[in-house]
Amino acid sequence: MTLNELKELIEERFGIATVMPSASPSGQNFLIIFKERLVEVLQFLYSSDKTYFDFLSSITGVDNEPTGATIDVIYNLYSIPYDHHLMIKVELRRNVEGESIPEIPSVSSIWRTADWLERETYDLVGINFTNHPDMRRILLPADWEGHPLRKDYKNPDYYHGIKVEY
Amino acid sequence: MGLRWNTKLEAGSWKLKVGRRAIILSFTHSHIHTLKTMSIEAHNIENSINLKKRGKEIQYQYQPDNHEKSEPNKYKRSNLKREEMVINLGPQHPSTHGVLRLEVVTDGEIVVDVVPHLGYLHRCFEKHAENLPYNQIIPYVDRLDYLAAMNCEHVYVMGVEKMLGIDKEIPKRVEYIRVLVCELNRIASHFVAIGTYGVDIGAFTPFLWLMRDREHIMRMLEWVSGARMLYNYIWVGGLFYDLPVGFEEKCQEFIDYLEPKIGEIEGLLLENKIFIQRTANVGTLPLDLAINYGVTGPLLRASGLKYDLRKVDGYSVYPELEFEVPIGKGEMGAKGDCWDRTYVRVRECYESIKIINQCLKRLQSDLKRTRDFDPQSHVPKKIRPKAQELYFRGETPKGELGFYFKADGRSDIPYRCRCRSGTYVNLSVISEISRGSMLSDLIAILGSIDIVMGEIDR
Repeated sequence: MTLNELKELIEERFGIATVMPSASPSGQNFLIIFKERLVEVLQFLYSSDKTYFDFLSSITGVDNEPTGATIDVIYNLYSIPYDHHLMIKVELRRNVEGESIPEIPSVSSIWRTADWLERETYDLVGINFTNHPDMRRILLPADWEGHPLRKDYKNPDYYHGIKVEY
Repeated sequence: MGLRWNTKLEAGSWKLKVGRRAIILSFTHSHIHTLKTMSIEAHNIENSINLKKRGKEIQYQYQPDNHEKSEPNKYKRSNLKREEMVINLGPQHPSTHGVLRLEVVTDGEIVVDVVPHLGYLHRCFEKHAENLPYNQIIPYVDRLDYLAAMNCEHVYVMGVEKMLGIDKEIPKRVEYIRVLVCELNRIASHFVAIGTYGVDIGAFTPFLWLMRDREHIMRMLEWVSGARMLYNYIWVGGLFYDLPVGFEEKCQEFIDYLEPKIGEIEGLLLENKIFIQRTANVGTLPLDLAINYGVTGPLLRASGLKYDLRKVDGYSVYPELEFEVPIGKGEMGAKGDCWDRTYVRVRECYESIKIINQCLKRLQSDLKRTRDFDPQSHVPKKIRPKAQELYFRGETPKGELGFYFKADGRSDIPYRCRCRSGTYVNLSVISEISRGSMLSDLIAILGSIDIVMGEIDR
């Protein structure tokens, strides 16, 4: 199934506004979905006979700080029986200083693997996944400050009285 | 200070008995505060004096609650049942295969829940990758799965080549050499997995035998690249060197020696009665659960799905090569148990030997070395992909290794380079499959997942 067919399939069911295909010149194409209907759309893609995306390869986040005020969350789906790939992107508004980090609903109820992938994204990129069963830091210590993969991240000088040299 | 303070020190009067006389001491809050501070300060000064005596500077002062703050347990006294207890396994325990801490909640000897605590080996791979040109990331990629560095390099390099659009132009000889070294490394990685798993279970001999044969592979890869484990051999667009003269013949000799040795391991380990009793029907992972958890590699194949990215995606020259994808059949117990996983790994060694034989045949016939062959002929001078986003994946011995790249088209440095490692995702299934098993089986399950902390913590 091509990306355009998928796009039509989703548009038919969830309305025209949710999907915007965006083709990059030589890389992978992806769909942009609004976060309000994300879980519904992914649940549909997971369970529908036509798509059947049963394998979630990766979840990650990208901070677009210098150019835009958004943070992207990227889902890489794969369908084992149909051999389809799909990259889904959700754009979130980047939090300015003093605000809490952006939120997006968790998909760990659909794919259990999302549990740890979302925890990692929360830890490193700083995106809060609501309805997640166990939202804690996973790679960094629990009392670490900041999210290192933000483009404006500053390395701390000290951690527990230990000088952190970079 | 000779007194030991406990946390329940309260104001009031204390009765001390010294011989026959009873002394009554009265404390106020301020007294206690002073005494506590004094005792902590005295402790610190004592420590610092001791450290200075030994010629070391104090780097930080130990605080008893540092651990509780930085890596707190999920289970506390408040959310445990009366009969449950927490056993802390690792991070410095040989059966955890690295620095992994498992917080195990047990009821007697039955495992109720397992909470893995990761990050002890976190080296900020993704942050480093955002600050380095594409070709300089390769040594960092080596250190992801350090037992199969060639395979990691191969996947990473193919991803970058695809972004540059030169993935179809790579010379055939280069591709065959890449596949050859990758399969050699895959055997080495599986040997460590099978050998250390035997040690976990209590069989020591297979480990020594496998390490002996792995040493040959390490030396051959050293001959090729100059390094034993972390090679930096596969470059974007080519290779560091051509194969050394005489390598093909020696490699053929070694492969002919190796094939019967794997048969010995089968007899020694897989068909061993004790091994079967320890692993069959232990940690069974049903196929639907495996897919839902994103499990890949030998674990997924052991659960009965013929899913190997070398076949599914058909990257590099794998479509030209003949090999089977072994799957678990549940011969000794249920399908997808620990025995099946080890069985799949052993069978995969045979398949890798098949691939190596075919590669060597090609490399000695129509893709023979020539005087003018330059393995760096297609290495780009400047690696600057156009603005794009790409998720590229490949099969390493541990599972699906994927790289998500975002290039902005203006620099030689990736805007974002995310690594999806197979073992990270594979490990997440452990609490699900070890629930309800015995504590000793937890070690068997953990070993069968074949984790490498370098790839999990990144």
